[in-house]
Amino acid sequence: MRVAVLKGGRSLERGVSLRSGARVEDALERLGHDAVPLDAGGDLVKRLIAEAPDVAFVAMHGLGGEDGTAQELLEILGIPFTGPGVAACGRCMDKVLAKQELRGAGVATPDWFAFNETAFRELGAADALSALEERLGFPLVVKPSRGGSALGVKFAASWFEVPEALVSAFSYDDRVLLERFVEGRELAVSVIGSEPLPVVEAIPGDGDRYDFEARYEIGRTEFVCPAKLNSGETAAVTAAALAAYEALGCSGFSRVDLILGEDGPQVLEVNAIPGLTDTSLLPQAAEAAGMSFEDLVERILDLALKPAAA
Amino acid sequence: MSEPPLRRRAHTRTRDLERYAGLFAERTGVMRSSAMRDLMAITARPEVISLAGGLPDTSTFPAATFAAQMTRIAQESAAEALQYGPTEGFAETVDCIVQVMGAEGMLPDPEDVIVTTGGQQAIDLICKTLVDPGDVVVCEAPTYPGAVPVFCSYQADVVQIECDGDGMRIDELEEVLARLDGEGKRPKFVYSVPNFQNPAGVTLSLERRRRLVELARQRELLVVEDNPYGLLRFGGDPLPPLYQLDGGDFVLYVGTFSKILSPGIRLGWAVAPPPVMEKIVLGKQASDLCTSTLTQYFVREYFAEGRWQEYVASLVEIYRARRDAMVEALREHFPAQATWTEPEGGLFIWATLPEYIDTSDLLAKALREDVAFVPGQAAYVDEGRGRGSMRLNFSGVGEDEIREGIRRIGKAIGEQVELYGAITAERPHAPAGEVEDGDGTDSRPPATPPRPDSSEADSVVLPFRRTGEGSA
Repeated sequence: MRVAVLKGGRSLERGVSLRSGARVEDALERLGHDAVPLDAGGDLVKRLIAEAPDVAFVAMHGLGGEDGTAQELLEILGIPFTGPGVAACGRCMDKVLAKQELRGAGVATPDWFAFNETAFRELGAADALSALEERLGFPLVVKPSRGGSALGVKFAASWFEVPEALVSAFSYDDRVLLERFVEGRELAVSVIGSEPLPVVEAIPGDGDRYDFEARYEIGRTEFVCPAKLNSGETAAVTAAALAAYEALGCSGFSRVDLILGEDGPQVLEVNAIPGLTDTSLLPQAAEAAGMSFEDLVERILDLALKPAAA
Repeated sequence: MSEPPLRRRAHTRTRDLERYAGLFAERTGVMRSSAMRDLMAITARPEVISLAGGLPDTSTFPAATFAAQMTRIAQESAAEALQYGPTEGFAETVDCIVQVMGAEGMLPDPEDVIVTTGGQQAIDLICKTLVDPGDVVVCEAPTYPGAVPVFCSYQADVVQIECDGDGMRIDELEEVLARLDGEGKRPKFVYSVPNFQNPAGVTLSLERRRRLVELARQRELLVVEDNPYGLLRFGGDPLPPLYQLDGGDFVLYVGTFSKILSPGIRLGWAVAPPPVMEKIVLGKQASDLCTSTLTQYFVREYFAEGRWQEYVASLVEIYRARRDAMVEALREHFPAQATWTEPEGGLFIWATLPEYIDTSDLLAKALREDVAFVPGQAAYVDEGRGRGSMRLNFSGVGEDEIREGIRRIGKAIGEQVELYGAITAERPHAPAGEVEDGDGTDSRPPATPPRPDSSEADSVVLPFRRTGEGSA
C-alpha cells in the first residue's frame, strides 16, 4: 500500500512532528508498505495529487496539521487519512472550545476563564481579572488556547505573575485561558478506535513540571505504564478519558491528558494527534498493551481505511 | 517491494529507553536539550529572516580562489592531503596561526600552539584537561551560548559574573572569588570573550583587562581568553589581548579561522604553556587523533597567497554596514523601553526588553512573522535568567533583510507592550466606583508589578552606547 506520511509543516512542534513522522515511515517500510514522506509546505496539495497515495498518515502536531487544516485538504482530495476528522481536530486543538464541549457533556475539567486579545485591548477585560481570585484561586495556569507540548504554559502563583503570563500565552495564540490549578497525578490515556490503552503516568524528575523539555528528553521524566492505580481509580480515569474522546468526536486515535486529584479525574485536554516519538506516551501505552509500534501503525491505518472496524 | 530491505535497528521500545537511561553517564543528566532548540529548527525555513545564527557571510569568499587552491592541493599533494596528520597540527598551519595572532599584537611560541577542530574543540579540550565534576568555572553573564553545554558536560559548577558596557565586572569577580575562597573553592579558570562578546557585543575595557590579568597572577588563576572576533573591528582602537598583557603564563588562548575565513573548515586553535599543552595534546589524541589534514592544507595555500588580511578587511566593511543598518532599524522600530548594545565589532547586538516580556515566547510570536533571533536564556546557565534579552546577529544576512527583520520583531514587541499596558491598565483610567469589588479590597496588580525575585537581576541591562567611529 502507498502511504503518504504528512509531517513537519510550519507549526512550533515541527521538530516533534518530524521525529514522529520518521518513526512512522520506518514502521511502514517494515510492514512492507510504500512510505512517501511529505514535509507539509506550499506544495503539499500538488504533491498529494502527484503521489496519489492510498491513504495518508497524518503525523503533524500543532497548528496546520492537528487543527483540521490538513485533514480538510485530504477530504477534498478524497484521500482517506488517519486520526480524527476535521471537526474533531478543530475541537481538540482549541482548548477553550474543547473544555466547553467537555463540560457540556458532563466530563470533569478544571474551572477556567477564557479571554481573547481584543477583550483586553478594546473592552477593558483587565477589570474583570479581579473576579479570578475568587473564582479560580491561586496558583493558576495560563495557557494559549491553541498550542501544544506545553509551549507558552505558565503558572501564576499570585496576582503579580498574571500579566506577564498572559503576555507570554498571547504570544502563541490570540485567545488564552486561565485555569484552576489542580494538584494531582499527571496521567494520559490513549484511545485507539474505541479501545482505551493502559493508563500512563508521567512523573517529572527532581521537582520539574512536565514541560516541553520533560516531554521529549529521555530520562527527564519517569513514565509508569500501566500507572499504579487501584482498580476504582483506573476505571474512573479510563471512563473519563473515553467520555472526553467521544464528547469531542474523536476517531482513529487520540490521547487524553488528565489530572487525578482529590476530586477524581479531570480532563485537561485531548490531543487529536499525539506524539509518536521515542518518548511519547501513546507508543508506550500500546507497548504495555502488547502492541509493537508496527502493530500500532497497522491498526491506525486499518481504522483510517475501514472506520467501521472501530 | 521485490527485495527485502537491509535490516535496520529495531524500534526503540519503552523498556529499551529505560535500559539505555540506566546506562547513561551522570553527566548526561545536565546535558539538556530545550524547547528553544526545537524552535530554532523552524528558523531554518527558507522564508524566515534569521537573525538567530552566528554565521559569518561565506558568500563573500571568492569561489574561484577556493577552486584554484583546492585544485592545486589535489594536483600537487593529494596523497598527503588525504592522510592523517600530527595531533598538534602541521607546522605550516601553526605558522598561519602565528600570523593571525601577530596581527593582534601577540607572539606565541609555536610550540605552545595546538590546531583544533574549531575553537569549540579548544574549549572542550581545556575543560577536559582542567575540570573535574563539581569544579567551579567562572564566565560572563551572559556568556557564549555554545560554551554552556561544554561546561555542563564536564559537570562544572558554573558561576556567571555580570557584564556591563565595559565587559565583565571585575569588582564582582573579585567578590565572587573571595566568597569562593571562604567556601574553600578555587575556580579552575575564568572564561571570557573580551572582544565584541558573543552574545552581548561588549568589549572588556583596557583597565579591566589589566586588572583581570593582575588578578590571575596574584591568585595563580587561569584565564581562558576566547577571541574569535578580535580582527572584526569596525572602529576605535584595538585593545591588547589578555594573552599579550599576561605573556601567556596564566592566560590560555582560544582562536579560530571561523570568522576570518570559514567556519566550515572547522579550524581553530589553543595556546597554552607546555605543561598544560602536553595534557591538551593527549586529550586531543583521544578525541579525534588530529584535525582535518585537507582543511589545514587549504589554509596553508590560502595564507601563502598573502591576501588573508585583505579578505578580513572586506568582511569588516560588510559587517560594519550591516551593524549600522541594524542599529538604525532598532532605533526606528524597537520601543522606548528597550535598550541594546552598539558593538564596535563582531557579529552580535544584545537587546534587552521590558522585563515582562519573555523572549522565548516572543520568538514563537516572531516566527509567525517569519523572523528569528536567539532568546537570551541560551546565554545563561541558570534557568530563568536572561528571559528579557535577545541576541541579534547582523553578519549573516544583507542590510535590507536586517531592516525588515528588525521591523517585524519590533512590531511583535510593540504588540506585547501595548497588551501588557492594557492588562495592567492603571485604576485611575476606570472611573471611580464603576468597578465593583466584592470585598472592597483591590487585589489587582499594580500597573508595574514588582518582580518577586527582584533581588537578582534577571538579565544584564547594558547601557546604550554610541559608536561614532562606526558610522563613518
